Order: sequence, then C-alpha cells, then structure tokens
Amino acid sequence: MTVPDEYNKEKEPENCPGPESENAGKSDACNGCANQSICESLPKGPDPDIPLIQDNLSQIQHKVLVLSGKGGVGKSTFTSMLSWALASDEALEVGVMDLDICGPSLPKMLGTENEIIHQSNSGWSPVYVDDNLGLISIQFMLPDSDAAIIWRGSKKNSLIKNFLKDVNWGPLDYLVIDTPPGTTDEHLTINNYLSKTNGGIDGAVLITTPQEVSLLDVRKELNFCLKAGIKILGLIENMSGFVCPNCKGESKIFKPTTGGGKALAKEFGIKFLGSIPLDPRIGKACDQGQSFLDMYEDSPATDAILDIVNQLRDDVEGTTES
Amino acid sequence: MSELEAPKSLAHIKHIVLVLSGKGGVGKSSVTTQLALSLVIKGFKVGVLDIDLTGPSIPRMFGLEGKSMFQSERGWIPVYVDNDERLSVVSLGFLIGDRGSSVAWRGPKKTSMINQFISNVIWPKDLDYLIIDTPPGTSDEHISIAEQLRLANPDGAVLVTTPQAVSVNDVKKEMNFCHKVRFKILGIVENMSGFICPYCAECTNIFSSGGGKILADQHQINYLGNLPIDPTFVEMIENNNMDSKNELPELERLSISDKQSDKDREEKNQEKKHKESLVDQYKESSIKPVFEIIVDNILSQGIPSRV
Repeated sequence: MTVPDEYNKEKEPENCPGPESENAGKSDACNGCANQSICESLPKGPDPDIPLIQDNLSQIQHKVLVLSGKGGVGKSTFTSMLSWALASDEALEVGVMDLDICGPSLPKMLGTENEIIHQSNSGWSPVYVDDNLGLISIQFMLPDSDAAIIWRGSKKNSLIKNFLKDVNWGPLDYLVIDTPPGTTDEHLTINNYLSKTNGGIDGAVLITTPQEVSLLDVRKELNFCLKAGIKILGLIENMSGFVCPNCKGESKIFKPTTGGGKALAKEFGIKFLGSIPLDPRIGKACDQGQSFLDMYEDSPATDAILDIVNQLRDDVEGTTES
Repeated sequence: MSELEAPKSLAHIKHIVLVLSGKGGVGKSSVTTQLALSLVIKGFKVGVLDIDLTGPSIPRMFGLEGKSMFQSERGWIPVYVDNDERLSVVSLGFLIGDRGSSVAWRGPKKTSMINQFISNVIWPKDLDYLIIDTPPGTSDEHISIAEQLRLANPDGAVLVTTPQAVSVNDVKKEMNFCHKVRFKILGIVENMSGFICPYCAECTNIFSSGGGKILADQHQINYLGNLPIDPTFVEMIENNNMDSKNELPELERLSISDKQSDKDREEKNQEKKHKESLVDQYKESSIKPVFEIIVDNILSQGIPSRV
C-alpha cells in the first residue's frame, strides 16, 4: 500500500512553541526537530501581520463570536439568523466570517453556495448575500464543492490570518464570526488576533442544546472564554422543545435533565438570552438558503430569535455609547 | 513503533471500526455507544476509543464520568463499563480532573495525545472490536488517526449524517477524506430521521428525511439504515448517569432536588433500572432492534479478522 504524501512530512514536536513564538527554535521541545534551524532564524518579536490586521479591521464597529463546545447545536443556523436579522436593518453593514474550515455551512445557509471569491488589488472581496450583508468562507475557494479540506491546525491558522488581513470588508457595523466546535487552533488564533485590534471582541454568544451531553461541552467552552478573557454576551438554548404540527402537543426531544441552558447560565452567572424551539421549517429554510425569519414570521421560533437579537444589539451597541 | 509496521498495541485486535462525520452533533458518539452495546450483546468483546479531545462525550454516554484512567508500566489501562470486562473505554475525559475544565490544545499536542492512545493502551487480550469515535471535521485528529492506522488495516469507517442538506454536505467532505486516506467506507447511517410524536403518533421529519439514503445511492455506498429521534435512549443515558450524582456540581444537585417531588414516582421505576447494567438496559430498549439492522448490515459484509 502506498502512503499518501500527507504522511511524508516532518511532524512538529509535541510541545512545539509555534514558529511565531519568541522561543521558536529555542525551547526544549525544539531539540531534534527538523525545522529547528528554520524556526530559530525567523524574525522574532510580535507578529508583523498584527498592524496589518489592525489596519484592515479598523473600520469595524462590533465583533461578535458565535461559539459552542458542541457540534450541531446550531451555531451556523444562529449565525445566519443573526446576520439576516441585523441586515434587515438597512442602516447596518454586516459581515459574516465562517471559521469552520473543515465543515463550512454558512454559504449554503445564506444561499451563496456556488459563488466564488474575487481577488483584487485591495484584497479578497466578500461574497454579497445582500447589499449590506457580506460573507467570507473557505467554501468559496474550493475547486469542487465536495472537496475535503484535510488540514492540520497550522494551515488553518494561516488561512484565518488571511481572512483577517486580506478581506476587503470596508466599513462594517457588525462582523459576526461563526466558529467550529471545540476549543482548539481556530479559537485560540481568532482570539489571539482580534484581542489586539481596536475595540477587541465585543463578546461571544454561546449556543447549547438542552441535554447534559451538550452542556458538558459548552461548560468547557465557557471555561475557555473565562481563561482567554473573552466577554460572554450570553447563552442561548436551541432546539428546546418541539410542538407537533399535527396535535400541537409539546415534546422535549432533547431533555434538559440537569436544568438545561438556564441552569448552566445561572451556575456561571452569565446572561440567559432565551430558548429557541425546534421548528422543522428552520432546517428547510437553511437547506434552501432562505431567511427563515422573513418566510415564517408567525413561527414562535422567529419571535424567540428576534427577541435574542434585540437583547444582543442593546448589549453590544449600548456598551460603546457609554 | 517502527515506521513500517502497525502499532503493536493493536496487533491482537480482530476488527477496527471508525465512526466519522464531517458534521458535529449528528450522533457520532450515540452511534458509537449503540454499536458498542449491540456488539457486546451479540457476545463480542468491545473496546471504545474516544479521540474527541476538546469535547469528549463518551464517558458520559457510558455513565463513567468521574472515573479515572491509570497508567501502568506498560501503558494506559482502559476503564471497564461492566464487571465482566466485555466493554472497555479510553477517553481523554478520564484524564481531566474537573468535568468542566477545557483543553485548549493546538494541533501538535492533540496529535501526540492520539499517538499515545493508539500505541500505548493495554487493550484486553481477546478484543474483537475496537470502535473509534472521532470529533467533527477533517483536521489534526483525523490526519493523526489515519496516519497511525495506515498500516493497521482497519475494517473501515461508518459515516453518520442527519438528513438535512447542510449536514449531508459536510459528510460528502468526510467521504472524500476517506478516499484520500484509503479508509473503506462500511456505510452511512442516517440519524435523527423523523420524530414520532408521543401524543398522536404522527411522524414529523424535524430535520427532513432521506438525505443519507440519497447520498449513499449517489456514491454507491452501503446504506446501513436510519435511526429515528428517540428521547428514551437519551433518557436511558441520562438516568444511567444519575448514579454518579456525587460528581455533579452543587447547583445541578440542587436543581434536581427541586424537582424531586415530581420525580418521586419515577424514582421507584428508576431504582429498578439502576440495578441493571447499561448493557442490560439497552437490551430492553425500543431502539435496540432498530440499531440491530445497522449492526447486521455491517457484520454481513464479512470483513475478515485482522489477526
């Protein structure tokens, strides 16, 4: 059996300080690493790209992260809803950045699946979903929409850096950042760079589903935010309860056996922004790339989402005025 | 480990199956759990390896939260679910003291942890199946596991999806990953397809339906079957965890005691269940026959033992 090229590369040592570190090439872990001399000879000091990132993002008013330790709880769905809702206010310019590199969902949810990205002298242009709603995602750069992106962390980090440095957003009121599940490279990198920009990160919205298996992972994400010094705007419980369209009976599909999102918010002393009930039409609208909020104004889920968006706006926009 | 032979710690294991999905929260860990329980019921000896490092769910699925894994001179000793030692589990969850603490690791560290889990665990001698549960995506963990298993000749991968297009799209990426690293695809499981209303028995396709089947047909992959949303399975898992209550933080215990009055009646039923092991509870559950179709579809492929 032949071995794919991917495996023939030298691996980084376990405690690799990273080529951007002050200790690159000098730490104990570097002894014996094939790249030691390269790392050692790299220019040291703060990342030279930081001023470029600061400059590129200087016209962005608010930066909001959407996080969850758990996958499939609705990070991208909520990101798309939040973006549609914000962009429905014509006075706002909204940008969306999809950091989920191995499984980007936003292009489909925002109905821009087959677009490609344009590069110009001034950098990459986001794909515009609407006049005031732009999106950037790795999906727009793939030769074939089903191509797998089999990348290790370091490669993902450099793409994220490009997203921050080279995307020509123009002036934005909001940059909403969707993340992959977990607490790893993407999360460390985005926090690392954004915390050094003007205004930093306004805060993170955490999403969970009601069952303990999900809360368990979200608890980890909360701890990560606390450690990393990211402000938490609040917690949302998604998929809480399902109303049968036939008999209107409500079932708790994902049972909050330990009190659900509300109890977790109380435990950590963070704001509970609300619960969004399951509505089969949400999934359908996302698959078709349409705005659920516009299509089904009468759904209880629409009310819940708009209420959450209003709370977030009050919180985020209020802080800058004061 | 020499570069040209499979890790020695896996040498005696008869079958290795991976559970993969590009998408998160589609039920990889649930499928892993059910696959393990079903195989144990069929009389096999099963090991479960959880390589989701930043969000390990497997300890909770098996009711093993708060247990620790120990290291002996020869390597890590798995945690056993049952007294007969038919089902053993390895997860990073057993190495983190506090269940809430996060592991914010970059790639190289994750890689080295996975390498340890592959080459440095003392699996029981006569293990029939090793089932590997993975995190979502196609990144460090997946590259590492593929690298470690490239000479180990694993049986292949079970792909899990939910029916909606957003999820199927990510699973297509995972399929491409499998082709690239030459993992055989054992088949696709469509999870969460339909929910049967407990009041009126009307089946609602909350996350639409049929996406997995269509995907399998398009790419000529085995379709292993679909699983409905079954709150009783989740309940079984959660009840099983009530036993290890003393590990839960204070507030959770409080909120549970608040509801105590409503629960008094249920409590008696639960107590009965508590005495049974998870394997026995699963044997009685309504989802077991549904999942059995999936297991039979895998077993009927007749993949020869690695040993």
